[in-house]
Amino acid sequence: MSATPNHKPGEMTREEPFELPLTGEAAPHISGPSAFGHFKRTLKRGPALMALLMLGAIVFVAFSAPFLGTTDPIAIDPGQRLRLPTAENWLGTDAYGRDVYSRVIYGSRISLMVGLGAALMSVAVGLLIGVIAGYVRLADAIVMRVMDGVMAIPSILLAIALVSLSGASLLTVLVAITIPEIPRVVRLVRGVILTVRSEPYVEAAISLGTRLPTLLLRHMVPNTVAPLIVQGTYIFASAILTEAILSFLGAGLPPEKSSWGNIMAEGRMYFQLTPGLILYPGIFLSLTVLSVNVLGDAMRDALDPRMARKL
Amino acid sequence: MNLETNNLSPGKNLPVLIIDNLSVQVVGIPTTHYVVENISFDVKPGEMLCVVGESGSGKSVTALSVMGLLPRGGLVPSGGAILVDGENVVTASQKRLREMRATRMAMVFQEPMTALNPVVPVGKQIDEVLRVHTNLTKIERREKVLSMLDSVHLPDVKRIYDAYPHQLSGGQRQRIVLSMALILDPKLLIADEPTTALDVTTQKQILFLIRELQEEHNTAVMFITHDFGVVAEIAERIVVMNRGRVVEVGQREDILARPRQAYTRMLVSSVPSLIPKMRQAPMGEIVLDVAALNKTYAEKRIFGSGRTVAAAQDVNLTLRRGEIVGVVGESGSGKSTVARCIVRLVDPTSGAIRIKGLDIAQAGGRKLRPFRRSTQIVFQDPYRSLNPRRRVGDSIAEGLINFGAPREKALAKAVESLRTVGLDPDVMQRYPHQFSGGQRQRICIARALAVEPDILVADEPVSSLDVSVQAQVLKLLEEIRERTGIAVLFITHDLRVAAQICDTIVVMQNGRIVEAGPAETVLTRPQREYTRALIEAAPGRDWDFQNFRPVDANKAPIFSRVTL
Repeated sequence: MSATPNHKPGEMTREEPFELPLTGEAAPHISGPSAFGHFKRTLKRGPALMALLMLGAIVFVAFSAPFLGTTDPIAIDPGQRLRLPTAENWLGTDAYGRDVYSRVIYGSRISLMVGLGAALMSVAVGLLIGVIAGYVRLADAIVMRVMDGVMAIPSILLAIALVSLSGASLLTVLVAITIPEIPRVVRLVRGVILTVRSEPYVEAAISLGTRLPTLLLRHMVPNTVAPLIVQGTYIFASAILTEAILSFLGAGLPPEKSSWGNIMAEGRMYFQLTPGLILYPGIFLSLTVLSVNVLGDAMRDALDPRMARKL
Repeated sequence: MNLETNNLSPGKNLPVLIIDNLSVQVVGIPTTHYVVENISFDVKPGEMLCVVGESGSGKSVTALSVMGLLPRGGLVPSGGAILVDGENVVTASQKRLREMRATRMAMVFQEPMTALNPVVPVGKQIDEVLRVHTNLTKIERREKVLSMLDSVHLPDVKRIYDAYPHQLSGGQRQRIVLSMALILDPKLLIADEPTTALDVTTQKQILFLIRELQEEHNTAVMFITHDFGVVAEIAERIVVMNRGRVVEVGQREDILARPRQAYTRMLVSSVPSLIPKMRQAPMGEIVLDVAALNKTYAEKRIFGSGRTVAAAQDVNLTLRRGEIVGVVGESGSGKSTVARCIVRLVDPTSGAIRIKGLDIAQAGGRKLRPFRRSTQIVFQDPYRSLNPRRRVGDSIAEGLINFGAPREKALAKAVESLRTVGLDPDVMQRYPHQFSGGQRQRICIARALAVEPDILVADEPVSSLDVSVQAQVLKLLEEIRERTGIAVLFITHDLRVAAQICDTIVVMQNGRIVEAGPAETVLTRPQREYTRALIEAAPGRDWDFQNFRPVDANKAPIFSRVTL
């Protein structure tokens, strides 16, 4: 703070980042064109790059599942029960003689769909509610107490209740996973809006007669994008995990949809005979969640350079 | 280490601090670019040396280098030596540096609230210095802290000892920080803009206190500031810095009266004079009439009524076409509240705001919108006043588009208003972060002018700018007023700025107007005690910066003859 003089008594106390007076070059700013270069550089560092490659591979596998030497993941072959890996069944078979390799590969589709769906839905709904809570002071108290209430309910319990009420389907599971994530997004968005609404440039826009919807969309909401991308990746990872847990508990997707969770659930009785039933989907699950989380961390560093320097 | 000390400082007048050919550079960047380059100066015992310069001149970096506090991994001294009491700080180990801080050299920062730990009582924080550096017992330490608090003239020291920083005023906090810095009697005190965040009246007291303590302890003080008023008030010698180099070193009188370098000359003459210009009384039509304006903030409670704070009480003022009305006062006087009520960024509790005869005080939503166009505001902080994600051209054209102008027309008008503020039209395509503070403030003014308002509310528009830039922006406002006949409500805490630009001055204190009248009358023949105190506290009153000569403060604009 000592680097910037001319502060007026007590009013301008915001701390400027320590700016290095380089040769007339502009200070780095999150939104400027130069910030994108920084973003790319951060993502090119070792762990982030590996996570990106890993996630890319999983997405590729999910998309091209039928062409990767898989068979029908739900074709039952009672003659071939609980086989260890062979040339025919690369990862062996399960208790009904279904090909584990095919089931795991197809399972990645479910996981990615649930992860992406939950992230998009919770961010969309949370953004809407968060903006309302942050801007309309009267709504704030009510909305936030409701959100506190939602947060108080254990997410797995809520999901089990929802699934048992409306039956197991992809949509139900998606909704059940999304709802508990919404309050976190709302809090985040509300916080950003509350900070930004008193920024002079927002006040200047008000005095220029900018209408409310434009004011929100043009001057306030863009500030939430960076933190939302980061939060979105975490929701993505936790949704994949929650889906696996729900399926493992039998409250998730119906058995005819192969998901990593229900493969493991069905395999748990035969663990000593064919450990692969739990091992292979487990490895896929861990790698996916790990790479999404690493990517999320890298994105947070990239979008908030000051944070990265501190860590 | 002790040997060195003994060898080097036997004489009484050997400098406490010698900076010899110091260069500081950014870590990891080839040696071509220095943040501080080949600077040399010294400070003798009991001397008050002022380091002045605009932002980015390297004065704070120099101070941090002396303390060994340069951000690690950011900046590094790349050459030269800093001798504190004969010992080289540049080569000292971290452990040795820790020992030297507080005992040999101490530093006071600009913002006392952030320099103190908010969750520890202030007495404990001073006590910590003693605990770390001395072997005194608990009782002795307490005694020493209390006597130190006494010597910085804090009242009721036992109560203050147990107080938390937020319970004290800004001036009291700075006194605490000073006692923390001086309790071990360091040979060198570095004060980095210690009074910049304080009101003028408090500033005067703190400057006086630093002087007093310095004389008492024979401390060498390196006082960093951007304010020539303060320099004229306290300096014995002055170091002028610019872009990481020392421009000029000399005695106070030499630098202020006979600056050798063009840069120093420019800097000194940019300091606005406290003597108001004679102006003709504005005769234009009244465009803004504020009558009995009140704004109270009420603390909401479920049961009973909470505390209410009156931010503005019974404020009356008028603004004529082509007039610049200055609203001056210390922080918390309600001047910004009044400004924000007039622009309707906050809703006034009661009273009338008549713009060309129509009351907008209680108008809302759709009814208010047409009036938005007639009042525009420029804020203090140019770094936060522009949306960083929008091109400058879009920001300026936004208002016109909002009021229904087609895009091409709005952009053409934006070009025109950029020319008015002295900027090239090709800045339209660029983003705010590509501009300096002064340029951004020009852009903000251009944005306000684009919608052709009748009234411009300027809320401390030059307070965060360097003096040379400040002078340019003030000149610009004056020109715009001449050309367009716009009426300006100019909020400021700086009487020098007000004296330069305002036709009429309104003095506020605790939410009320205490005095109002033509600038010349208010500044030279103040009627109220408070106004007089404000003027007397303005630093550097005994120096006429434009003409490089001292003036007799008693014959100067203010009545010191009236005994207070």
